[in-house]
Amino acid sequence: MRHIISILMENESGALARVANLFTARGYNIESLTVAPTEDRSLSRMTLVTSGSDEIIEQITKQLNKLIDVVKLVDLTEGGHLEREMMLIKLRAERTQREEIKRLVDIFRGKIIDVTDTSYTVELTGAASKLNAFIEAVNDELIVEVVRTGPSGIGRGPKGLGL
Amino acid sequence: MELSGGDIIVQCLKDEGVEHVFGYPGGAVLHIYDAIFKQQDVKHILVRHEQAAAHAADGYARATGKPGVVLVTSGPGATNAVTGIATAYMDSIPVVILTGQVPTPVIGSDAFQEVDTVGITRPCVKHNFLVKRLEDLALTIKKAFYIATTGRPGPVVVDIPKDITDPGIKIPYSYPGRVKMRSYNPVVKGHLGQIKKAVKIMMEAERPVFYTGGGVVLDDAAKSLTELVDTLEFPITQTLMGLGAYPGSGKHFLGMLGMHGTYEANMAMHETDVLIAVGARFDDRVTGHVKQFCPDATIIHIDIDPSSISKNVRVDVPIVGPVRQVLRDMLKVVNEGEIKPNKQALKQWWEQIEKWRSMDCLKYDQKSKLIKPQHAVEMLHKVTKGDAFVTSDVGQHQMFAAQFYRFDKPRRWINSGGLGTMGFGLPAAMGVQMAFPKAEVAVVTGESSIQMCIQELATCLQYELPIKIILLNNGYMGMVRQWQEFFYESRYSQSGMSVTPDFVKLTESYGHVGMRVDKSKDLEGAMKEAFTYKDRLVFLDVVVDPTENVYPMIAAGKGHHEMYLSPGSELV
Ligand SMILES: Cc1cc2nc3c(=O)[nH]c(=O)nc-3n(C[C@H](O)[C@H](O)[C@H](O)COP(=O)(O)OP(=O)(O)OC[C@H]3O[C@@H](n4cnc5c(N)ncnc54)[C@H](O)[C@@H]3O)c2cc1C
Ligand SMILES: Cc1ncc(C[n+]2csc(CCOP(=O)(O)OP(=O)(O)O)c2C)c(N)n1
Ligand SMILES: [Mg+2]
Repeated sequence: MRHIISILMENESGALARVANLFTARGYNIESLTVAPTEDRSLSRMTLVTSGSDEIIEQITKQLNKLIDVVKLVDLTEGGHLEREMMLIKLRAERTQREEIKRLVDIFRGKIIDVTDTSYTVELTGAASKLNAFIEAVNDELIVEVVRTGPSGIGRGPKGLGL
Repeated sequence: MELSGGDIIVQCLKDEGVEHVFGYPGGAVLHIYDAIFKQQDVKHILVRHEQAAAHAADGYARATGKPGVVLVTSGPGATNAVTGIATAYMDSIPVVILTGQVPTPVIGSDAFQEVDTVGITRPCVKHNFLVKRLEDLALTIKKAFYIATTGRPGPVVVDIPKDITDPGIKIPYSYPGRVKMRSYNPVVKGHLGQIKKAVKIMMEAERPVFYTGGGVVLDDAAKSLTELVDTLEFPITQTLMGLGAYPGSGKHFLGMLGMHGTYEANMAMHETDVLIAVGARFDDRVTGHVKQFCPDATIIHIDIDPSSISKNVRVDVPIVGPVRQVLRDMLKVVNEGEIKPNKQALKQWWEQIEKWRSMDCLKYDQKSKLIKPQHAVEMLHKVTKGDAFVTSDVGQHQMFAAQFYRFDKPRRWINSGGLGTMGFGLPAAMGVQMAFPKAEVAVVTGESSIQMCIQELATCLQYELPIKIILLNNGYMGMVRQWQEFFYESRYSQSGMSVTPDFVKLTESYGHVGMRVDKSKDLEGAMKEAFTYKDRLVFLDVVVDPTENVYPMIAAGKGHHEMYLSPGSELV
């Protein structure tokens, strides 16, 4: 099953390498990883998407917790949560296709953020599944480039993952 | 007090109570070595290879329970130490390794003797640091000791660029008395509810077994363990790393378990209905095929590291906490006496165990003219009255030492279990002998292993370490040869080791006493003589039967009830 693990770490150099290293060393899956500082400059927030059996996910969270730089973590998929990912996608858009693409972008509530005679660049935000659906909906041959941030996630409700 | 980085390091070590540092100098640590030169409190032991520095510090830590300290230079100094660091990591040994690094401004430029030490060591340390500012130095060293010695112990590397130790730059120094880290809070107490639940299950057990490991030794919990086991009168088996915590001569002891464990220990594991795992990590050498492991048992597991629990084998009652405190609390609950053990069932269980014991699975040919390695270890036990520190290398000799020395005290048996590092024995013994100058320290080794750190004979001379090296010389990488005999139809591919130096002459050329013995009848005399040299290192080359194998043996991937018991025997 797919799990989204949210991690609060000390904002030390090498912290990211420790997490990445753990996954390769122990042969765990890593689908995506995003990391950025938080409002507290001393902390980084990381969202990690992985998959595996319950036993493996249990080991992953234990091993992550064991890293000295990890302050707190939560498996978001254990409760209500929100997930958002941003995608920048460059599409070939020539005469006949232009209208069609624009309609599709509207349906997905995306934005066209760069235009040339022959191309559109689209910005799209949503759960990973929505971005996948957009890619599916576009004719393969029109896709020039896809750049995705990987999901970030947050728990639902008033509580936060803090110190 | 204003100090330079080099002086700060030495002062930190003093303030941490460190008496010995094992190391080797080089460009990046010259400032630190100059600081060492100017004082007497911290004694530096100059090894002959950085791997040995790490093993010696590790051996020191295993014998004393205090953290070992290593100091090496950048680049090759650090990479040479890596095997030793990984060895300590696998067995959860507290060691602090200070490595020199190229100056901060040139880091990343492929400078002379630059390697990414933090990157290279990351997978085999509990934690590591690169010190980027002189102001962080003292606190980082404090954190290193704190992390290495608390929770599940382990090695911590502190990488120190040369400019940080510049004697020209001084800052005010004070050693932090305590550290608190918001991201690191090891568990200090096991949950009482879980402990009570576990005791209830233990009392109702009909065929209970204690399976205990290195965690008991690491937490100095031997006394509590022995008291609990003897109160309950349950059988106990110990891992290779746990030996000595419960006395080897104790009446409830079944011997070691696992791949080369005793018949009675492994059979008891297979038949038990309640397994009490204490500070042990369900290693594959112990469990055999996990699907067949303890098929009928409810499993209780005490461990300080949550990631040890249910890692390889599903646990029913986890207790996360330090062994000593948890065992004490268990003992309290037991002594309150509300629930009584099932005496009748226990009696039957012991009768069954005695039947298994009567197989006498460790028997070997007593009449052989060739010296049997088992006999040599038993002789060592006799001559040292079972009271020596015994370190070992890796191979058959290691297993024979574990099976036949019958350790009665914790921290006496010092070997590389997790990584299985040949070359560990001699340098580890140096660390032990530095810590206990008057104690008898023996290395049980093989002719292949000893050659991996043989250069340390010079270190032993320089520091007058009267170690006794007992070489079980079978002319083979015996353990490799045994596997080739069993599983590769005796094709002994590259496992012969008949070409060795003359160890007697070699030892003499290093300034020590060399001896050789090759007949059973001469063994006792030779061993006794070796131990009469109270202040000399003696290297006793014991020529043993080259064909001897380690029994019992569970073949890889088999269950506990499927063992080879003797030459030519079928699986039982
Ligand atoms: C050639 C060879 C053959 C081998 N054959 C065997 C064999 O037949 N049988 C055998 O047993 N081993 C054997 N080994 C050793 C094996 O590889 C493992 O090293 C060993 O089994 C691990 O021992 P352990 O489970 O006690 O764990 P250790 O590695 O000692 O780990 C200690 C455990 O205790 C925990 N712990 C640490 N401190 C505390 C504390 N304060 N409180 C609570 N818990 C704590 C740790 O988290 C960890 O889980 C062999 C090794 C070699 C090289
Ligand atoms: C550094 C290292 N290299 C290789 C091995 C694999 N290995 C395990 S036991 C062994 C043979 C050891 O031979 P020896 O020291 O003579 O001991 P014996 O088994 O003969 O008692 C080898 C090569 C190892 N454990 N460590
Ligand atoms: Mg040999």
